[in-house]
Amino acid sequence: MAVSGLIMIGYLLLHMYGNLKVFAGKEAFDEYAHHLRTFGEPMLPYEGLLWIVRVVLLAAIIVHVYAVVVLWRRNRKAGAVRGARRYYSKKNRTGIQRSYASFTMRWGGLVVLAFIVYHLLHLTTNDIAPGGASDSPYERVVNGFEIWYVVVAYTIAMLAVGFHLWHGIWSALTTLGQNRSSNRIDSRLTGLAVVVTLVITLGFLMPPWAIFLGLEA
Amino acid sequence: MTSTPNATGDVTPDAPTGASSETETEYHRLGEDIRDTAAPSGPIERRWDDRMFGARLVNPANRRKIKVLVVGTGLAGASAAATLGEAGYQVETFCYQDSPRRAHSIAAQGGINAAKNYRNDGDSIYRLFYDTVKGGDFRARESNVYRLAQVSVNIIDQCVAQGVPFAREYGGLLDNRSFGGVQVSRTFYARGQTGQQLLIGAYQALERQIAAGTVTMNTRHEMLELILVPDAEGVERARGIVVRDMVTGEIESHTADAVVLATGGYGNVFFLSTNAMGSNTTATWRAHKKGAYFANPCYTQIHPTCIPVSGDYQSKLTLMSESLRNDGRIWVPKNKEDAEKDPRDIAEDDRDYYLERIYPSFGNLVPRDIASRAAKYQCDDGKGVGPGGLGVYLDFADAIERLGRPAVEAKYGNLFDMYARITGEDPYERPMRIYPAVHYVMGGLWVDYDLQTNITGLFCAGEANFSDHGANRLGASALMQGLADGYFVLPNTLADYLAGSPFEKIADDHPAVLEARQAVEERLQKMLAINGTRTVDSIHKELGQIMWEYCGMERSEEGLTKAIGLIRELQNEFWTNVKVTGTNEELNQTLERAGRVADFLELGELMCIDALNRRESCGGHFRAESQTEDGEALRHDDEFAYVSAWEHPAEVGGKPILHKEPLEYEYVEMKARSYK
Amino acid sequence: MKITVNVWRQQDAESKGSMVPYVLDEVSEHMSFLEMLDVLNEQLTLEGNDPVAFDSDCREGICGTCGVVINGIPHGPEVTTTCQLHMRTFKDGDVIDIEPWRAGSFPVIKDLVVDRGAFDRIIQAGGYISAPTGSAVEANNIPVPKADADHAFEAATCISCGACVAACPNGSAMLFTAAKITHLGLLPQGQPERDSRVLGMVEQHDAEGFGGCTNIGECTAACPKGIPLDTISRLNRDLLGALSRQTIG
Repeated sequence: MAVSGLIMIGYLLLHMYGNLKVFAGKEAFDEYAHHLRTFGEPMLPYEGLLWIVRVVLLAAIIVHVYAVVVLWRRNRKAGAVRGARRYYSKKNRTGIQRSYASFTMRWGGLVVLAFIVYHLLHLTTNDIAPGGASDSPYERVVNGFEIWYVVVAYTIAMLAVGFHLWHGIWSALTTLGQNRSSNRIDSRLTGLAVVVTLVITLGFLMPPWAIFLGLEA
Repeated sequence: MTSTPNATGDVTPDAPTGASSETETEYHRLGEDIRDTAAPSGPIERRWDDRMFGARLVNPANRRKIKVLVVGTGLAGASAAATLGEAGYQVETFCYQDSPRRAHSIAAQGGINAAKNYRNDGDSIYRLFYDTVKGGDFRARESNVYRLAQVSVNIIDQCVAQGVPFAREYGGLLDNRSFGGVQVSRTFYARGQTGQQLLIGAYQALERQIAAGTVTMNTRHEMLELILVPDAEGVERARGIVVRDMVTGEIESHTADAVVLATGGYGNVFFLSTNAMGSNTTATWRAHKKGAYFANPCYTQIHPTCIPVSGDYQSKLTLMSESLRNDGRIWVPKNKEDAEKDPRDIAEDDRDYYLERIYPSFGNLVPRDIASRAAKYQCDDGKGVGPGGLGVYLDFADAIERLGRPAVEAKYGNLFDMYARITGEDPYERPMRIYPAVHYVMGGLWVDYDLQTNITGLFCAGEANFSDHGANRLGASALMQGLADGYFVLPNTLADYLAGSPFEKIADDHPAVLEARQAVEERLQKMLAINGTRTVDSIHKELGQIMWEYCGMERSEEGLTKAIGLIRELQNEFWTNVKVTGTNEELNQTLERAGRVADFLELGELMCIDALNRRESCGGHFRAESQTEDGEALRHDDEFAYVSAWEHPAEVGGKPILHKEPLEYEYVEMKARSYK
Repeated sequence: MKITVNVWRQQDAESKGSMVPYVLDEVSEHMSFLEMLDVLNEQLTLEGNDPVAFDSDCREGICGTCGVVINGIPHGPEVTTTCQLHMRTFKDGDVIDIEPWRAGSFPVIKDLVVDRGAFDRIIQAGGYISAPTGSAVEANNIPVPKADADHAFEAATCISCGACVAACPNGSAMLFTAAKITHLGLLPQGQPERDSRVLGMVEQHDAEGFGGCTNIGECTAACPKGIPLDTISRLNRDLLGALSRQTIG
């Protein structure tokens, strides 16, 4: 789970870099999108690299989801008591130091997954086209993000991604044996997770809001 | 100094002539003297080697046919079971806790002594032996103590090999400290939890054997009876035990070739002690009632620096390390009227630093028994502080001023935190209150040099036996003895006994087994049937008060006689008016406690009878009738240099029979202690 | 002060339990939490009712026997064992919920008493150093750097109370397991069995039905001995190393 998660985080960083090209204008953005498809030619066929990335990502998602299901079933059994709630006390339901993010990994993860499906249909395959379809990726982006509900949906999804990463980055690195701190809150990894999360979330939110507010180049 | 001549050379007038020379008193009968026949003679440093060489061996191939039961999984029990299992015997262990790792050895804070002489400060096996014999006030056997000092060295090696995280110096070598007033640094420690770390070491060794299949562990099982079976020659041998499964209530019998009791001490006879809630005498008392001699039952150790009682709901007392007395100053108000005042409002001139006043050379560092007794006198005098007037101040104000708060924090921080947590008072701001509490018992089942009781095939190790500490125990010696017995002594001496086995197999329906089971079942049903009006705890508390008042730090003939009467009344009260709820066939903690208290009630009586017989002040015990002109303890070596081994009377209501084992000192000259 | 306690009552492992309220009129602030339960039990016994079963032994915070979930938090609001919690932490009129440790691998035996035998079995699967009695070398022949010794000690202070499992939303015993891996893995004596230890203990941990660790950190926060969370990372490093050596050879 940790490794697949980190692969996806790596991809998100690249993806965000690409998104920020929106601010460089239509030409640059479309050129970038096209270049991604011709990257590595002639060693690789058209869209070759992209397909490699797609396969890796798909594999990562499958592994990630599979791990979630296994872990979820196991942990449900480990914490549960036959025919009863775990704790009846209604006090301190949020634990001692739990982060909100750690509560939302599972449902938040599902929101993210649903968003990915929609997102691919919208901006990759062009099947859903709020605001009008176009051959230019730039125009598809701009057309979409001029509509308020698209921006709102996208924002919610990005916040879900943010929460997922806030706990996920810390947790993945700890699972890989990198935590050297006696508790979660004081760990450098928690700090790192917060920074990366903020970068990714804000980085992804800038283009749509810029477009919506008419600030793009 | 011995007791016979006083300053004028006359025979001391207060030398008792009564109890010990008569063959029968109101409370006991005198039996024949006994000897430890297992101990070799010859030079003391050769005795243990000679014994090991003389001991018969068991062929490794035969060991797996031989079964040993070990009751109790503290330091002695766990280390013995692990070692015997490793040697290839079939071992079955029992503990009342939910895991062997929880035995009360875990609570020892201070450390463990070993004659390593790592500090090059003149320590040696001989010096550790000497200190221990002297510390025990010449009431322990020289042979046993010497062996203890010898194997102490191996204990440290063994524990380090197991991964016990002892404190270390920056060079990576083991650290030592001086402990309990001795002048050499021979105490190994693991911060304030040496007991836990040593026990975990033994526990892990035990779990390794459980995984290897040589040891079978029974947790939440309490031993309630010993099974004796006569062999072909008519010798009664310990062949098994009856236990109660504390979860289901099932009564089970287990038979074997030998039985080892390592069930700890009986300090809880005082109700309030530093022992764990479950610590009890049941296993040793059941063995005693089946014929095992109980030695020196009145020898208990009282620790001066415990946190005082705060109310009548109090369930146990908590010890704070004695090291506090290194820097703290003990005092009470000079005027009784000030006892209720905030101590900070009591002027320096109105404080009585009584230890410094009475014992100018040792001051606050006088031995445990003297510090304890002095505190009791102050409180008896009405100068005690805190709830019930049962406490004296231990003040760090001077130390904080002299060393600075950070230094005091570094040295005693964890103890101060513990005190603050329990009392809600800040010891940096306000003097701590301390009071003595029962901490350890030196008495226990009588054993010979092989740790075998007078019942053939019944062995006893650790605090449960009486063997090594005499009338008083040195600090950091309890852990040493438990592990010495378990790792090194028993596995060798038990082999000698087991060389004669396997004995005839005992069937589950053997009459002796059935009889023992039936006795257990009847006793449990009897307790459940009384359905009176007193709770078990209320009777236990009453027993504790009697014991503390009359058989605690200071004893007198009058008080002990009174106590025996009160205890007998209380025994009657228990068996007619106790209330035990629930049934046997469930987890029934009230029933568990009731069984233990019933045994404490009988043991308490024997302790008083033993104390009554011992008309001398020795070790931790002060006998009012035996003191010097200036009120110090007076020992009577001419009359009491013996182990009191008590035999349970065969007839119901009979008097216990005293067998004396004379103590001889060839190596250490008997001297009186002086701390003035 | 007056205190109301809601206590989990369950006759035995098979019965269905429920929370039952009891009122205590005179609770002293100096009482320990368990002494408060003692007082309740005296009251129940005199009324002819079955007293509340709960585990405790040393009552000085070291044996690890006691432990209940108080108001949803293992060992209650202070970072200490239940026996060291005192009633001065609460105030007059408080209602206190008292429940047993809850985890699939810690079945309730009765009321507040649970079976923690799984911990012993995890230790059996490798939580030791094989050092047969008598075979030890002279103690000072094994120097241990002080920093390692101190860190090992810190991990070795675990009292096996099970609060980490009770606190973990996943019912994982990873902190308990990791504490032992860390204690023994930091010492030179522990090196020969380091791989087999981590493989064996983690396998047993999983076989006992404990959950997987998702690094939420509640275990350390609830731990009365403050076993550090980095022990889990150390376990994971050892596990990854051992698995790779096992796979690659």
